[in-house]
Amino acid sequence: MNKISTRSAYGEALAEIGKDSRIVVLDADLQCCTRTEKFAALYPERAFNIGIAEANMVGMAAGLATCGKTVFVNSFAMFTAGRAFEQIRNSLAYPHLNVKVIGTHAGVTVGKDGATHQCLEDLAAMRAIPGMMVLSPCDANETKLVTKAIAQYDGPCFMRLGRLEVEQCTNLLPDYRFELGKASKLSDGRDVAIIATGLMVQEAMKALELLRAKGIEATVLDVHCVKPLDADAVLAAAEQCGCIVTAEEANILGGLGGAVAEVVCESCPVPVLRVGIRDEFGRSGDPLALMELYHITAADIAEKAEAAVRMKK
Amino acid sequence: MEAVLSPKERAQYALLAARIRRSALEMVYRATSGHIGGSFSLCEILSVLYFHELRIDPKQPDQPDRDRLVLSKGHCTPALYSALALRGYFPVEDLKQFRDIRYHMSGHAEMHHVKGVDMSTGSLGQGISAAVGMALAGKLDKKDYRVYAILGDGEIQEGQVWEAAMAAGNYHLDNLCAIVDNNNIQIDGTIEEIMSPYPIDKKFEDFGWNVICCDGHDVGAIHDALEQAKACKGKPSVIVAKTVKGRGVSFMENSCDWHGNDPNAEQYAAAAAELDAALAACEKEAAKYE
Repeated sequence: MNKISTRSAYGEALAEIGKDSRIVVLDADLQCCTRTEKFAALYPERAFNIGIAEANMVGMAAGLATCGKTVFVNSFAMFTAGRAFEQIRNSLAYPHLNVKVIGTHAGVTVGKDGATHQCLEDLAAMRAIPGMMVLSPCDANETKLVTKAIAQYDGPCFMRLGRLEVEQCTNLLPDYRFELGKASKLSDGRDVAIIATGLMVQEAMKALELLRAKGIEATVLDVHCVKPLDADAVLAAAEQCGCIVTAEEANILGGLGGAVAEVVCESCPVPVLRVGIRDEFGRSGDPLALMELYHITAADIAEKAEAAVRMKK
Repeated sequence: MEAVLSPKERAQYALLAARIRRSALEMVYRATSGHIGGSFSLCEILSVLYFHELRIDPKQPDQPDRDRLVLSKGHCTPALYSALALRGYFPVEDLKQFRDIRYHMSGHAEMHHVKGVDMSTGSLGQGISAAVGMALAGKLDKKDYRVYAILGDGEIQEGQVWEAAMAAGNYHLDNLCAIVDNNNIQIDGTIEEIMSPYPIDKKFEDFGWNVICCDGHDVGAIHDALEQAKACKGKPSVIVAKTVKGRGVSFMENSCDWHGNDPNAEQYAAAAAELDAALAACEKEAAKYE
């Protein structure tokens, strides 16, 4: 099964929808990495490489959006959600402008570039901005669907993408249905609900098999939209399973795990155990080795799921 | 280049500036907060822009082909909102809503609730980037609208301003005109004491801009500078307008105490008396041409 990075799928989707003349794409000297180069080759008049100046890139996007453009701004998550946080907050989100902020190279699976480039805070930071939609697709298929959907949505969004080539998942599942903002139930079990986002969805599906071998049946929810969170789906899973494990390749503080815990504790208190980076910076290393080092693999999810099931008793 | 302003026009725009200034004082006093000093330094610039230069229609504030103005120094809403009200975007009476929790006329410029505001601003250094984006959109859409951005001279300490300046020069955005309100004072002191951005003209020149310097309180000089900017092709223009912070009220001029403080009743009465006298003189001058 060939692996594809979500950033590559995004680049393809952007090229596919690029004939829409409202779309303008801005980059900060990382076109080759954010994979907007295909769009730029097809529509050079609407692709601007504005240099290593993310703050200005976001501000320019705001101005373009006031003139009716659908603007995609691209860089590593560290430099959009991180460096340009305040520009995103005040120039895009406060005036609710139609700009799609893309953060590629999110999470520890950036690999050997190390901590300065492994953004772990993007989900929490973007989620804290009023009115901001926060997306985190898991694979190539879902990334393309999200990209096309947010191009039609009139408002500010942040989409988290990865550098690592990841397994295909959603396109192989006959029951997978996509609707922007709705969680997809990839598996239906009664013992524990695994709520995952990004490449942790694939890990959750592997954990499903590990758990099945131990007689534990899990529900798996694929959350491509961390905000607004599909609270109905989360609460239904909480009621059905009585315990939850969340999984994300981000700091466990304030991301998907935080979002799920907030919803559950207010309306259906059940144990919520979180798999994620436990509030530390990542090392340089092979992406898969880093996932093991920081305990964000399928085995870690399965282990947490077993613990969650025990907490029910 | 358009001819210089006639004596009648000069008198009219000076009068409108005096009205903007008087209204700005009223707004800050009523709201018991707001930015007087930087508003007063802007009144002549806004008067010439809104009443002469900008191709706008207050009845169609979102008309896509309109000229745009981004107040990058977004705290100077007392002057901006006053100019918009006097220009007919909304009733002057509505200015009483400024900074009042019951309404949406917020302290810093807000584009969705205040008609005529082209970009929400307030966090310094960001408005100029939005103006660059608007100018780029104009080029993309082959429209002939012009984009104006007003910056504070303290504001240009922000690095983002120079990222934006680099981009505007790089893309030869001759439909963009920045105006630096060079009143020489920021919150904590003079801009030289804090962190000197001088020489402002040479910095912009180095970033590929056409630089024009003028007296920012002389409506004729402002007009001429705007005409020179419009005539310049192939590069963006910046007008470095020499102004006086707190202009028009003797005890507020050139003082950082009046950046963001509101006057008490006594100070208000003294300030109002000075501005009323200046307004009466402007009215008398304008009446000569009726």
